[in-house]
Amino acid sequence: MINSLFLINHSGDIFLEKHWKSVISRSVCDYFFEAKEKAVEPENVPPVLQTPHHYLISIYRDKLFFLSVIQTEVPPLFVIEFLHRVAEMFQDYFGECSEMVIKDNVVIVYELLEEMLDNGFPLATESNVLKEMIRPPTILRSVVNTLTGSSNVGETLPTGQLSTIPWRRAGVKYTNNEAYFDVIEEIDAILDKSGTTVFAEIQGVIEACVKLSGMPDLTLSFMNPRLLDDVSFHPCVRFKRWESERVLSFIPPDGNFTLMTYHVSAQNLVAIPVYVKQNISFFESGSCGRLDLTVGPKQTMGKTVEGMMITVHMPKAVLSANLTATQGTYTYDLATKVLVWDIGKLNPQKLPNLRGSLSLQSGAPKPEENPSLNIDLKIQQLAISGLKVNRLDMYGEKYKPFKGVKYVTKAGKFQVIRHDWTVFLACKGKP
Amino acid sequence: MSTNTLYNDQGGAEAAVEVGQESTPTSSGTAAGFGLFSTDFKKNEDLKEMLESSKESLKLEAMKRIVGLIAKGKNASELFPAVVKNVASKNIELKKLVYVYLVRYAEEQQDLALLSISTFQRALKDPNQLIRASALRVLSSIRVPIIVPIMMLAIKEAATDLSPYVRKTSAHAIQKLYSLDPEQKEQLIEVIEKLLKDKSTLVAGSVVMAFEEVCPDRIDLIHKNYRKLCNLLVDVEEWGQVVIISMLTRYARTQFTSPWKEGATFDENNEKAFYDSEEEKKDQVEAKPYVMDPDHRLLLRNTKPLLQSRNTAVVMSVAQLYWHLAPKHEVSVVTKSLVRLLRSHREVQYIVLQNIATMSIQRKGMFEPYMKSFYVRSTDATHIKTLKLEILTNLANEANISTILREFQTYVKSQDKAFAAATIQAIGRCATNISEVTDTCLNGLVLLLSNRDETVVAESVVVIKKLLQMQPTQHCEIIKHMAKLFDNITVSMARASILWLIGEYCERVPKIAPDVLRKMAKSFTAEEDIVKLQTVNLAAKLYLTNSKQTKLLTQYILNLGKYDQNYDIRDRTRFIRQLIVPNEKSGALSKYARRILLAPKPAPVLESAFKDRDRFQLGTLSHSLNIKATGYLELSDWPAVAPDQSVRNVEVIEPVKEWAPSVGKAKPPKQDDKFYSDSGEDDHEEEEGEEGSESSSSEDSSSSSSDSSSSEESGSEDESDEKSSEESDKSSSESESEQKKKKKTKKAPQKKAKPTTVDSDSDENGNGPVARTSSSSAESSSESESESEDDSDSDSQQRNRGSKSKPKVEVKAKKEVSLLDLDDFSPAPLKAPKSSILSPSLLSDLEGLSLSTVSSTMQVNIPTFGPVKSHELLHHMTGKGLSARYHFPRQPCLYQPNMVAVQVTLTNGSDHSLEEIHIGDRSPASLNLHCFNTIERLEPEASVTVSMGIDFSDSTQAANFQLCTKDDQFSVSIQPAVGELLMPSSMTEQDFCKEQGKLLGMNETSATITLAAENSSSQSLSKQVLSVANVGVVSSSENNIHRFAGRTVSSGALVLVTAESRESSTALLTINTDKSIMASMLLRDLKQALAQA
Repeated sequence: MINSLFLINHSGDIFLEKHWKSVISRSVCDYFFEAKEKAVEPENVPPVLQTPHHYLISIYRDKLFFLSVIQTEVPPLFVIEFLHRVAEMFQDYFGECSEMVIKDNVVIVYELLEEMLDNGFPLATESNVLKEMIRPPTILRSVVNTLTGSSNVGETLPTGQLSTIPWRRAGVKYTNNEAYFDVIEEIDAILDKSGTTVFAEIQGVIEACVKLSGMPDLTLSFMNPRLLDDVSFHPCVRFKRWESERVLSFIPPDGNFTLMTYHVSAQNLVAIPVYVKQNISFFESGSCGRLDLTVGPKQTMGKTVEGMMITVHMPKAVLSANLTATQGTYTYDLATKVLVWDIGKLNPQKLPNLRGSLSLQSGAPKPEENPSLNIDLKIQQLAISGLKVNRLDMYGEKYKPFKGVKYVTKAGKFQVIRHDWTVFLACKGKP
Repeated sequence: MSTNTLYNDQGGAEAAVEVGQESTPTSSGTAAGFGLFSTDFKKNEDLKEMLESSKESLKLEAMKRIVGLIAKGKNASELFPAVVKNVASKNIELKKLVYVYLVRYAEEQQDLALLSISTFQRALKDPNQLIRASALRVLSSIRVPIIVPIMMLAIKEAATDLSPYVRKTSAHAIQKLYSLDPEQKEQLIEVIEKLLKDKSTLVAGSVVMAFEEVCPDRIDLIHKNYRKLCNLLVDVEEWGQVVIISMLTRYARTQFTSPWKEGATFDENNEKAFYDSEEEKKDQVEAKPYVMDPDHRLLLRNTKPLLQSRNTAVVMSVAQLYWHLAPKHEVSVVTKSLVRLLRSHREVQYIVLQNIATMSIQRKGMFEPYMKSFYVRSTDATHIKTLKLEILTNLANEANISTILREFQTYVKSQDKAFAAATIQAIGRCATNISEVTDTCLNGLVLLLSNRDETVVAESVVVIKKLLQMQPTQHCEIIKHMAKLFDNITVSMARASILWLIGEYCERVPKIAPDVLRKMAKSFTAEEDIVKLQTVNLAAKLYLTNSKQTKLLTQYILNLGKYDQNYDIRDRTRFIRQLIVPNEKSGALSKYARRILLAPKPAPVLESAFKDRDRFQLGTLSHSLNIKATGYLELSDWPAVAPDQSVRNVEVIEPVKEWAPSVGKAKPPKQDDKFYSDSGEDDHEEEEGEEGSESSSSEDSSSSSSDSSSSEESGSEDESDEKSSEESDKSSSESESEQKKKKKTKKAPQKKAKPTTVDSDSDENGNGPVARTSSSSAESSSESESESEDDSDSDSQQRNRGSKSKPKVEVKAKKEVSLLDLDDFSPAPLKAPKSSILSPSLLSDLEGLSLSTVSSTMQVNIPTFGPVKSHELLHHMTGKGLSARYHFPRQPCLYQPNMVAVQVTLTNGSDHSLEEIHIGDRSPASLNLHCFNTIERLEPEASVTVSMGIDFSDSTQAANFQLCTKDDQFSVSIQPAVGELLMPSSMTEQDFCKEQGKLLGMNETSATITLAAENSSSQSLSKQVLSVANVGVVSSSENNIHRFAGRTVSSGALVLVTAESRESSTALLTINTDKSIMASMLLRDLKQALAQA
């Protein structure tokens, strides 16, 4: 399966290599660099590449390339999923996944990689199991280790590795037993210029932070589970219970994890919390243009919209922007041609407005494409789909845990696109 | 390559810097260049010193730095001798780092690597499973051919290890050994065969991986394990699931007949079924109604829940399984999950979109409802955009084309011009596929010709050219329009296309064509090659059709071409001249010049780039690259006739044939019905087992029914148990049990109906459920075990045991009874609620009766008081549903007089039945214990009480052993209170005093204690003492003195307890025994019990 792994930074330096089978020379990466050169943007590098003797499967994440070398047929998703797990594990262990951190902790990284794969086949990928084998670095521990000479490496096989619940370690103990669940929903939407929804759906995720002693068996039920159109679960969730009763029944992993992700389909009408009135126009002569944006709340269920931000990718010809905002601040990046308007809290009484003139490169033709707006926002205490947690019960342990549920709505890929209907529709009318 | 040079440069420049940096390993080295040997040298010297020092911490530090070097890809191989010395280090972290180093360099330093082998061989025998496993991992990772025989031996040994983790490692080692020495294949296949039978979910994925790598063609090894793999699948770890699913996909394609035959008429736009049409014909000839093999169905049913996995690879593999195996109308269950994956990482999107692209060619209907999910976003990466475009084009039909075209329009205006060009191509494809919109598209494209962007215009021209070729008659207007635009178009491909069009249809635009040629003649020298070629072409065609106007122009262009720099153009010019201009040398060809040049040309077919990808299995690397990758395993076509399906029936293991219990209908000739009065019941029982396993495979309705049926079986007692144990959550648990009751009543009639249907099912296929073999094989092992142990026992004991357990049998429907079982047989799987209430008292009655014969060696008293205080042995969470509690029945042990009897109550709290519950390893290894016999099967919610004997050797040290089920092992321990290590002894007061007189001085322990108010009465005092220790009351003549006598179980030493109650609720406790440690412990326990309120 996975033969080797190379970690490559943004500028193309290989800063870590690990081989699980025979050593493969790092010159194999040259094929990758070639593709990277061709792709210009790192995002555009094809994830699967073929070289004369090997196959390269890579992911780009946190400004790093994780490049794996494969020699024989393997499902590419298998490798991709694994590489993402590796990145997540680094994140989990070191708080961030960056070149610096990986280099600083190279020994732990190596030990981790050694445990995660055996002969290129995943051996232990559960964070709870790994953390028992290789303890994450903390300042306190490193001090203790230098004094006592004890190590970061566990001496016995973690209990999780052998049980059917590998995600939970045995003997968890807390003085304060707490279980928090964050219901986070993101609205993915495409609106056309008039504000009509072209496409909208809600992606939800329930992030959990469970710190409970012993072996708690939790049951989470919803007021309106029928809303959920498509779900995927952490392996701890008993699928059969969900199928028959629509409740989530699980023995949670210890610590932070994603309990489930779900999808509320476009069939159920998705509430769009804000509207944007936009008018961006460029004049044929005089190489200038006008911009006028107004934002207002639409369906916010009585909650305040916060963290409002509008990003406009301007056409290349736009040189500068001279605008005034009634609320918030704006920046225009000349190099990337991105206009960002950071509004903050949305005040329904006084709608924020941004207007002014844009100056274009002289002599350049009038940009034909009207820029699309990307909207960012946040609404606390609200799951826009209306999903509500009904209750959380715990079985199997005697103590009373502290329970909490939080709701947040965010904008996901929220775009306002100006569609031009003219070309084809006009053609249709023609003989 | 530029990057290469970059490295070399850096290597030189930074080598100096790194010498300094290396000493502080935390500081981040800047670049990962090839380390230069010379600069490494000095530093390595210092590392060598550190490694050879006696301080662990220095060694560790050195190894950490070396691992840092390895990670950077620098050469640290000359340190090998120094490193390899530390392989036997006690420090586990140091050891691990040495392993890392060894695996990296052993291949280069084979001779030195051999030095470490003996360490690993020793570690392979280590009691710690982690150490055994990691030794095997490293041993097998050292790619030194000389140790192949050692590896082989180690693998074989590890394959039978008790720890599933070690067995998993051995499965991995198989692949490593195979790649090192393919000669070993045959032997390795044997190990694979053995491991395939393994019932642990941990092993399943790895061994299937080994199978796929070593012997993917040995499909016969899978037969017997097929059903087991299907049933285990949900519990296997994610990565194993992927491998198993793809293997089962291949397997199913060789073993089952196509479910697609009736699919010929399925929904899709009357597309033909895309696989072998021959096969279809054959099927029709047979004209037999298709019945899906139940095993085929089992696979589909058991994989479906995995669509909800968080692991994208698992979802994809289930999707491809459905695509390749499921009946057409069922495939669409995967759609939603695939679309969900599109919200994952970019790379995941890429692969999933590729697969959807292939699927959407054949099955538009599957993805059409999700069309909007494929809308392109400006933030998508280029390859994602292209794939989405591809899919949208595939999905286009008459109904949605206007929506799609509207969407495409936005894309055309995208700033990413390559993408815009791709969109125009897509529009062209829509136009050819859907005749209704051809005109609209064509007009739209013509409008695009006035676009300011060249690439857009050029692409439009190219596409228009293709479209016009398909229906040239009506479109001279467009050609004229394009001719007019010609001057403004600078992209050579577009210019060439227009020239070609005009040339091809020059007779339709007779006025314009010569004029265009005239312009071209003027600019000929400045044009691109491709345009020049088309100009020559146009000239030739015009010469043939309209020589009057164009003769001179043609001559001129041909002359220009003759002296062109490009030899292609010179060649072409020469060829054309010979072809069209008649002269004496020109042969017969020139007569046909017109027919050659102006032959009607077939219109190009615009089709998807994914058209031919379905030759590969979806989700594979080969599919992704559209090229056959190394090691790709072809998916075979469905067999026309299904191979024998009985091969998947699981048989009884050979050695125990003589006693082979009835295994249901699978083996009719072997069945000796007359042996067992209850064999009829047997079958019934087994069928229930089957039902259980079936429902566990998540059929929607049956999942709830299994719940309810099992709760029904365990009955009211369990419910009340539940209530008491969950008092903290009273309200909820109560409502739950209420619910259960409701369900119970609802489901009862259904349940009755079930056995018959299942029955007929298995009749039809002639194959029994998987459970049968496993249980019978378990039995065989338990039999042999018990046999050997019985030898040491006396006959009478055996008989006693038999009679003791018999009543239980009658209460319970016993599963499989064999000859031996009849006299050795206590662990019957208990299910009926009655039994769990009944059995303890029944058991004690019986044991009481049998006492005199059993314990003739010792004078023992029957306890007057037997408080049953049960302790937890295994929590159901750690035991994966299996929970165990134990208590000391305070009966003399039947098995050996020096053992303490322990009763263990096993309860299955999981939703599937547990098999082969038995006792495995024990520690200390010398621990003498009498195991209960293997329990073949424990139904969900059922519980069973078994007795065992443990020789604690008069110490309170815990007895550790493993409680094993078929799949798992749980380490448990029983720690006896000191009072349980005693047996009551009956004696008179005189004897007591006499014995007490012998045990004075050092052998006497006493203390004055304060009694709790409740314990001040003599009755309650003796009650408390009896509850703490298993001693007998000695009748006493004094009112305030209580005497108790007992003997230790193992050594039979006397333990005499005297409690003298005094005023103000104090008492003097005296213990006389020569086991002084026991005495002090007993005293402590008694003190606590008596002082307690």
